[in-house]
Amino acid sequence: MKYNDTSELEISLLLEAVFQKYGYDFRQYSEAHIRRRVINRMAMAGLEDISQMQSKVLKDELFASEFLQDLSITVTEMFRDSGFYRSLRENVLPILKTYPFIKIWHAGCASGEEAYSMAIIMQEEGLYDRTTIYATDFNQQALNKAKEGIFSNSMMKEYTSNYQLSGGKESFSSYYTSNYDNVIMNQSLKKNIVWANHNLVTDSVFAEVHLILCRNVLIYFNRNLQNKVQKLFYNSLINGGILCLGSKEGLRFTDFYEAYTELDKKQRIFKKKY
Amino acid sequence: MSYEAIVIGVSLGGMNALKIMFSLLPKNFNTPIIIVQHLSPRSDNQWIKILNEKSNLHIKEADEKEKIEKGNVYIAPANYHLPIEKNKTFSLTINERVNFARPSIDVLFESAAEAYKNKLIGIVLTGSNKDGTNGIKRIQEFGGLTIIQNPETTESSYMPISALSAIRPDYILSLEEIIKVLIKIDKQIIR
Repeated sequence: MKYNDTSELEISLLLEAVFQKYGYDFRQYSEAHIRRRVINRMAMAGLEDISQMQSKVLKDELFASEFLQDLSITVTEMFRDSGFYRSLRENVLPILKTYPFIKIWHAGCASGEEAYSMAIIMQEEGLYDRTTIYATDFNQQALNKAKEGIFSNSMMKEYTSNYQLSGGKESFSSYYTSNYDNVIMNQSLKKNIVWANHNLVTDSVFAEVHLILCRNVLIYFNRNLQNKVQKLFYNSLINGGILCLGSKEGLRFTDFYEAYTELDKKQRIFKKKY
Repeated sequence: MSYEAIVIGVSLGGMNALKIMFSLLPKNFNTPIIIVQHLSPRSDNQWIKILNEKSNLHIKEADEKEKIEKGNVYIAPANYHLPIEKNKTFSLTINERVNFARPSIDVLFESAAEAYKNKLIGIVLTGSNKDGTNGIKRIQEFGGLTIIQNPETTESSYMPISALSAIRPDYILSLEEIIKVLIKIDKQIIR
């Protein structure tokens, strides 16, 4: 296919069509990310231009659902950024321990690898029985996968080393059962995870929580949308609650910079002021 | 012709190449440079600080939504892709690896081509991966200037050879010659 200059106007019309017809709002996402996904999908489907794509998205629901999968970011790992999880153990859990019950919101959990990582840490620290993890995403397909807790065996070597670097206390293989190409996570890890469909862009507060973990989701949003989601997080956290962002994300360009103290600057862990 | 940015893709052998490059580029070099160097996903940005200390230019890790400014050198953080938006700011994404790489040279180059059109210089240096091949092709399609390091002068020739199989670039040069060309072009740009 020919690489025309994919015009911003055409892309914004396409996103408008997706929103109007299906209710998923990508209009404030990073344009470069969207453009790359659109070009890939166009090439795969043998489409000539974005206008053709728009018409197909509107008429062909199967194609539309494929395109929605393209736009959703499902790349994740267990214990991604081991330094972060180490800091979580050392600096955050001593605070969470003081509560009789602990509610955690994992926003944008995709296929659940980080939610299982969190469950493992809470179990090792003896806190899991009084913990509820709300793991949410707008991508139902990813949520279904998360709920199953079945992951590729080929990733386990990397996850094991992530886990060890993060200060893991057990043998990582004790958390899953291996079955040829796949592993299935232990039932005991799943018991206090509530998987739910929630869209950060269009849905509102659904619980008051002690800790929010939302890593590498907001990098896809423009400043305006980042700010809107930070407001949602602020309103969902108890006073003194903890906000964990991705290693390249921050609060500096939002209205909430002054509303938190930095618990760990490098690992982007923030504490809501009283 | 005036150029607004330089993008560089480099993999195996890159640490040495970049050290040489930034020991030779002068302080008044003005065109912003954006680099993807393939790295282990776990590496931190310590090497960027060391590179910066030995350079005449200001070298930093690219930040999310940072505006690209003249006189700066930006390097993609480990384990993130670094696409450029049309408003000449950076995005960071954790999308799938491209050519087994994150950051991927293609992701940077292809987005840069759309953002800068014919005002872009793309350079493929030493490396052992085919990353950068699609990207340099796209830069040429948008009318940008393309330079590929002469494979005979690289630590690892696979990446330049792969790029050469896709396009006939404007220049095929050794690293030292590339630097001379860049300095010459940078001086000619009327500001």
